[in-house]
Amino acid sequence: MALATPRDADGRAMLGALGLESAAELFDQVPESIRLSGALSLPGPLSEPELLTHMEELAQRDLHSGTAPCFAGGGIYDHFSPSVVDHLIQRGEFMTAYTSYQPEMSQGFLTAMYEFQTMVSRLYGLEVANASLYDAGTGLAEAALLAYEKTRRDRVVVTGALNPQYLECLRTALGPELGDMLTHVPHTDGLTDLDALKADLDDTVACVIVQQPSYLGTIESLPEIVEAAKAVGAKTVVCADPIAMAVLQTPGGAGADIAVGEGQPLGLPMSYGGPLLGLLATTRDLVRTLPGRVVGATVDSRGERGYVLTLQTREQHIRREKATSNICTNQGLCALAATIYLSVMGPRGLRRVASLCVTQSHRLRKGLAETALEPLYDAPFFREFAVRSPIPVPELQARMGDAGFVVGSDISAVTGVENTVLLAATESRTDAQVDAFVHALKGAI
Amino acid sequence: MAYPSELKYTEEHEWVKVDGDTAAIGITSYAAEELGDIVFVDLPDTGTEVSKGDTFGTIESVKTVADLYAPVSGEITEINETLEDTPETVNESPYEKGWIVKIKMSDKSETDGMLSAEDYEKKL
Amino acid sequence: MNEEGLIFSRQVPDGGCLPLPGDEDTDAQAQALLGDAKLREEPTGLPDVPEWEVVRHFTRLSQRNWGVDMGFYPLGSCTMKHNPRLNEAVARLPGFARIHPEQHPAQVQGILRLMKTLEQALIEISGMDAVSLQPPAGAQGELTALLCFRAYHHSRGDTHRTRIIVPDSSHGTNPASAARCGMTVHTIDSNAEGLTDLAALDAALDENVAGFMLTNPNTLGLFEPQVEEICARVHRAGGQVYCDGANMNALLGVSRPGDMGFDALHFNVHKTFSTPHGGGGPGAGPVAVQAHLQPFLPVPRIVEDADGTLTLDDDHPETIGKVHSFMGNVGPLVKAYAYILSHGADGLREVTERAVLNANYLLSRVREAYELPYRGQPMHEFVLSAEKQKAAGCKAVDVAKRLLDYGFHAPTVYFPLIVSEALMIEPTETETKGALDCFAEAMLAIARECEDSPDVVTGAPHRAYAGRLDEVQAARKLDLRHDPEGEG
Repeated sequence: MALATPRDADGRAMLGALGLESAAELFDQVPESIRLSGALSLPGPLSEPELLTHMEELAQRDLHSGTAPCFAGGGIYDHFSPSVVDHLIQRGEFMTAYTSYQPEMSQGFLTAMYEFQTMVSRLYGLEVANASLYDAGTGLAEAALLAYEKTRRDRVVVTGALNPQYLECLRTALGPELGDMLTHVPHTDGLTDLDALKADLDDTVACVIVQQPSYLGTIESLPEIVEAAKAVGAKTVVCADPIAMAVLQTPGGAGADIAVGEGQPLGLPMSYGGPLLGLLATTRDLVRTLPGRVVGATVDSRGERGYVLTLQTREQHIRREKATSNICTNQGLCALAATIYLSVMGPRGLRRVASLCVTQSHRLRKGLAETALEPLYDAPFFREFAVRSPIPVPELQARMGDAGFVVGSDISAVTGVENTVLLAATESRTDAQVDAFVHALKGAI
Repeated sequence: MAYPSELKYTEEHEWVKVDGDTAAIGITSYAAEELGDIVFVDLPDTGTEVSKGDTFGTIESVKTVADLYAPVSGEITEINETLEDTPETVNESPYEKGWIVKIKMSDKSETDGMLSAEDYEKKL
Repeated sequence: MNEEGLIFSRQVPDGGCLPLPGDEDTDAQAQALLGDAKLREEPTGLPDVPEWEVVRHFTRLSQRNWGVDMGFYPLGSCTMKHNPRLNEAVARLPGFARIHPEQHPAQVQGILRLMKTLEQALIEISGMDAVSLQPPAGAQGELTALLCFRAYHHSRGDTHRTRIIVPDSSHGTNPASAARCGMTVHTIDSNAEGLTDLAALDAALDENVAGFMLTNPNTLGLFEPQVEEICARVHRAGGQVYCDGANMNALLGVSRPGDMGFDALHFNVHKTFSTPHGGGGPGAGPVAVQAHLQPFLPVPRIVEDADGTLTLDDDHPETIGKVHSFMGNVGPLVKAYAYILSHGADGLREVTERAVLNANYLLSRVREAYELPYRGQPMHEFVLSAEKQKAAGCKAVDVAKRLLDYGFHAPTVYFPLIVSEALMIEPTETETKGALDCFAEAMLAIARECEDSPDVVTGAPHRAYAGRLDEVQAARKLDLRHDPEGEG
């Protein structure tokens, strides 16, 4: 991209106005000892066509779901996104804006974020939602800290099969001190072991964290978990998939206090795992301890309805070290994409996405009967399930890659069984693709 | 600005009204003015024990948040629940309807060193 | 501008265009397959809207929003520069956008090569030894680096080092990030020039110091000329020094934080490398560190085998762990890579030279009318005070709102906290002299209005997408979602 440089007419005129000979004089306050003498050693510059060619060459080295149907899951899914979503979020008025510090110039974004908060809170059956966080993993950490702050207790209990990446984020964010106070009650056959959970709970527990559907795809029964948490005065945090919310009981419906979720399935590309979209909804009594941006309705000087960032005294730019979180921005454009996605899908569309996840993943599982892969659990599942492979998973990935399919990585650390992998099928997988995948599996092993 | 002479004041811009062994606490009209439109008062639970100097709550405007310090030690016996829905009462009536908490003092002598209305005004 | 309601107001029961296969039997079949799982009882409450109504709604919302594409956006500390569209196009190539993070590394050598090269470029630009691309935002980058500081001290048995020192001019995220990793925060006053006060720093340095966080150039836009001495003193006290890289647009190819003596820094790729701000994200906040902090960086790390194959390596026992669910905000990282390659080394230096030239020129045009509380020569941004205008009854916020009427976004206001009535102006390199002159004329005109007709200024904006919004009511009567009577 060609940039105006200090050598153009504008640059010369401004240097002249400042009485300078060259731009280098602008850096006199940088001590000689730390001023770079030579040029940086960097690739480029590339012109637009050169850069495009270079990027296409790099991109072509990757096996992508456009040509190799993706059956990987574990938190990132190859969902369908209607074309209008990416089209609308690329409007410059949205894409090249920043956080809505001047609400009079940002009513478009603020209105959309108010809609986003409405949709997210409704999906989770809870009363309030924020304007998004980075992702589910760090969102869980925020939720745990919120529960910690609210209850003034210092234990966090994870129950059942939680995404190991999220668990790592949680441990990192809690740090060595609080991280030691984190216990994990392992799953039994893919589901929470309620007796083991109850045995681990006491009045030092700030919150119980459960994933729904679990990392292994199985569907947990939330009310019993919530009840166990409530019995010791702990909060319940449900890490819930937003697509599954179209059919499964909501966290709010089950009596939970906090829902966190990964919003990537709501119209965002997989993009090698980022950018993502952290969803957060809570009961109303937690609103003043929410992390992140929150949009509220108000009126303007003409008496017309409008929207602003509100509850700002929670935030780092005002409360500094006493803030509820260090989060500065949200994932604005991703949240906008999710809002547009949910608007286009509507109640029947989201329901259909969820239904197709169920039917296609069950079609896949049924097909596996003809293959050497064995499903591990019998519990109801939503979009994915764990299987044992007769060959090491990296080898399975390689062979299926050669056959033109994408398979996820080894998850034996979560299942406790060697050579296990998650297989997922979303609404993007046609019957023909599922059948071809099964056929290829037979050939590969 | 007139500061009621029957009240005692602290350097943290709070006022104290002693009635027997109970102290009503609020913020001064100066503090309320400086904060601007008050939008939220975070009140403690009644029954909370506080020591002189403890933070017992916060008071917020849109862009500022200030800690509320206990000017005396004792037990919080009453909170002004009307502030939950109408925090603007602190702006409108800082010395009367806008009181914040009442503390049953454990040591009444703690009010001895506080400022008179005249001294407080001089300090500003 | 006509009022555009909420998407819910465009609802037509059963009016949505279902862009999916299947029919109601599919839904029934799925429900049967879910067996005894507990199902949702209440409606989802999503709007049922035809696609064209969705397009109109969000197009109309966009028309009530201001972006860099529409004009000058001098939001200080945020580096609102032009976002090249080529970078959008390349980030959407299926080989980058349609790949799954759990794929075998052999199947994603393209993106891994891109990320590895980006790491190397950021190492070169910062003068550091290693980079993690994982933090998804600047604040998360700060947290990552501070967790590395803590892990480093712990590895040496210095578990008592839990104090972080920040200047009073620092970004709010600095103390907030420090608090997030269990540190206590000690704030020191800046000196009369707006720079780090060495005596105050010395007084704060003790055996419990974990580190010092400094933005350079600082939030006043001033380069810290004693930065080497600052770093040396913190190091002598056993502390680490963190560079908040928010202002890297002032340093590209000119000076490197690694050479200044910093131990760690974060980049804001959405600022310096022009990945769009997207109304508040997604950005990315890669962290660069000196060699002694490398063992503590997040995992997995991208490593290169002898044959040039790239793999992911989790085996770093001293790592702080993970700061993002997967590999970070890869989309913005692809755009940052494209930006760096488009410019090359000379181009990046020209970016900085022009950003600094634009800021200095703009300051020369407006300083007669506004107070400049700290007189040092600024780098890429400068901070004015509206104290003169306040004397006439117009505060910084009023000047900011009035600028909206003149067709500009406002500067950052009331930051840094050490300047009363602060107006923090960062023009960036992607503005012509003509645009800067127009903005300067508006600033001068508003200064005159503050004297002659202050009501016009305090009543502003008059021509924005909305009149001045009542933030007090929003905070007092919390209304955070659409909740009409009788509708979920």
